[in-house]
Amino acid sequence: MSSPEPTLHSDQPVTGSTDRRSFLRSTAAFAGLSALAASLAPLRELKDFSSSEEFLQKYYKELSPEEMKKVLLRITDEVEHQYGIRPHVRDLKPMDGVEFVYALNLTRCIGCRKCVHACVAENNQSRSPEIQYIRVLKMPHGSMDVEKGNHVYDDKEVPDKGFFYMPVQCQQCKNPPCVKVCPVNATWQEKDGITVIDYDWCIGCRYCEAACPYWARRFNFTKPEIPADRLNPEMAYLGNRPRKQGVMEKCHFCIQRTRVGKYPACLEVCPVGARKFGNILDPESEISYILRTKRVFIQLKEEMGTSPRFFYYFDK
Amino acid sequence: MITAARQYLIFLQRSARIAFVGDWRYYTWMAVLTAITLLGLNAYAKQLVHGLVVTGMSDEVSWGVYIANFTFLVGVAAAAVMMVIPVYIYDNEELHDLVIFGELLAVAAIIMCLLFVTVDLGRPDRFWHLIPGIGQMNFPNSMLSWDVLVLNGYLLLNVHICGYLIYCRYQNRKPTKWFYIPFVFGAIIWAVSIHTVTAFLYVGLGGRPFWNASIVGPRFLASAFTAGPAIIILALQIIRSVTQYRITDKALLTLRSIVQVSMIINVFLLVCEIFKEFYSGTTHGASAKYLFFGLHGHYALVPWIWTAITFNLIAMVILVLPVSRSLRWLDVACVLSIVGIWIEKGMGLVIPGFIPTPLGAVVDYVPSLNETLVCLGIWAFGLLCYTIFLRMSVPILQGRLTQANEGLPEITEDAPTDTALPRPAAH
Repeated sequence: MSSPEPTLHSDQPVTGSTDRRSFLRSTAAFAGLSALAASLAPLRELKDFSSSEEFLQKYYKELSPEEMKKVLLRITDEVEHQYGIRPHVRDLKPMDGVEFVYALNLTRCIGCRKCVHACVAENNQSRSPEIQYIRVLKMPHGSMDVEKGNHVYDDKEVPDKGFFYMPVQCQQCKNPPCVKVCPVNATWQEKDGITVIDYDWCIGCRYCEAACPYWARRFNFTKPEIPADRLNPEMAYLGNRPRKQGVMEKCHFCIQRTRVGKYPACLEVCPVGARKFGNILDPESEISYILRTKRVFIQLKEEMGTSPRFFYYFDK
Repeated sequence: MITAARQYLIFLQRSARIAFVGDWRYYTWMAVLTAITLLGLNAYAKQLVHGLVVTGMSDEVSWGVYIANFTFLVGVAAAAVMMVIPVYIYDNEELHDLVIFGELLAVAAIIMCLLFVTVDLGRPDRFWHLIPGIGQMNFPNSMLSWDVLVLNGYLLLNVHICGYLIYCRYQNRKPTKWFYIPFVFGAIIWAVSIHTVTAFLYVGLGGRPFWNASIVGPRFLASAFTAGPAIIILALQIIRSVTQYRITDKALLTLRSIVQVSMIINVFLLVCEIFKEFYSGTTHGASAKYLFFGLHGHYALVPWIWTAITFNLIAMVILVLPVSRSLRWLDVACVLSIVGIWIEKGMGLVIPGFIPTPLGAVVDYVPSLNETLVCLGIWAFGLLCYTIFLRMSVPILQGRLTQANEGLPEITEDAPTDTALPRPAAH
């Protein structure tokens, strides 16, 4: 390259201005870098965000049994480190020949919200901020339009005359919109009909929350807080193990209980026996009997085509 | 091969250097943008630590201004093609050289889009779960996975087209047609697709009647083709006034007719939507009722949407009347349409979709200060990118920064020239 040597540089006054310029330039660069560092300062508080094992962890369905063992051990250690209790974390698989279905007797439900709190206790939901999987609507007689329901009723005594109560939780749809929209397959439907979430795979985009027609999904807007003495140490990977900040969660029919033959916590606590649960594939089960014999039962928002596994019915 | 790579590196280095050269106005502008970007970065760092609780979002309204801005900016990006179509399909000479400015705007807008999606994630550290191959992309089921693909594809297409054309101009050679024309036509189709896919993101949700309407897609396109060219009209005038780059009024008026027609279609589709939501009186109109008139004592969006509608209507009237042939009135109409559509497509589309919730609860949403700072930061960063892109490309397009003058003293400032700059050659 035969470029002529720029003659400007030999000029004395210009060199002076170049010095001033380079001084200004380095001052500006220094100020810029300090401002950058200052703006990133809050990150110093960032701890327990994600361990490298968690960051690199494979997708649930691709974990080998040995890898799963390691993951469960990591979770056990993390819970113990955080709460001082060594939990029993299992990866419970769906049972063969089982499809779970829920039915709720709206004639019986008195709106006491015991199910809501039993669910929170069983499933290690955050107490601050409060996360609840079940929302009980106080509905005026004669209407199934949820928009007429009261979410925040605060009566001294229930049931209130002229109203009925409709608890809503994940409907475990046969055709779940939340599963369809998830961009990373972090939520899927299992063989026994339960739609689960891999809390370690969810990216927290909340598209499923927008897609759910039942408002059943909850997001961890901040780090969930559970008092250590309230922690339920009997845990499942896809169930009630403590969640992290920034991921979705929802009702999973108490996987840690129902997959070992127990009833969901909300059912056990119900004082009026309004809640029924069982295996629809077993013709002898109570749930099969109810769905066979009750004249009318309702799938909420049937027109959505979601085909819920959660049925509402009336006695009389 | 090595020489070519070396030459390309020299080109990149010289372009990068010129991004730091300018007069005091340039430095002030860049310093202000950098400061706002850093404020936004600081707000985002806080959000990373404490979670999305620092925003105004809730389980009831689970998307907010992040997704609203994202939706608006996808439109801006898509609108770049509204300049490409006249040039490459109708051979409009006036717009020919300006296409690059439109496409650079598209690149900046897509960068902002990707940032807005990222800051909305609860677990940005797990973004790799989205990457096909190593992650789990739910394609073709999830519209969000489609969106990730089309947005990144559009970014690559536009970076290629702009980068190639600018580099050719730098080397002062004619661009090889087959190396960019197919991509130009690809980008035209792709632009429509990014906006359609983003609309389908909402339309596909059966549980949200406000979004689950086929008019959302067409309205997206109409409003994008209004706001996008409107932004370009304003940007071109700024470029013209600070760089002496030759941009004719005729070119601006060509864009005016695009904005004009799109705005009329946009308002017509709005009328269709309002009729459908209100005339039949079904309960599915609750979100629209919340948006336009308030619901059960909640009126958060009512002043916003009426502002937007007023702005859009005034803009339409100005655009239709001959007064908008004068640049002053055209600028007023452009500003009104940009603000109107930003409100209508952002807050007016995203928020009411969530209210009332599928279980009938009405919970208002107001963006928090931290959330607003993050948004401002991303906007400032986007403008910073666009300014840098223009700072690099204008001297090249003017023929002042070329391979021929490598090694000569670099441009240190844009001295006002009395002599008219040579008209850039058509490529």
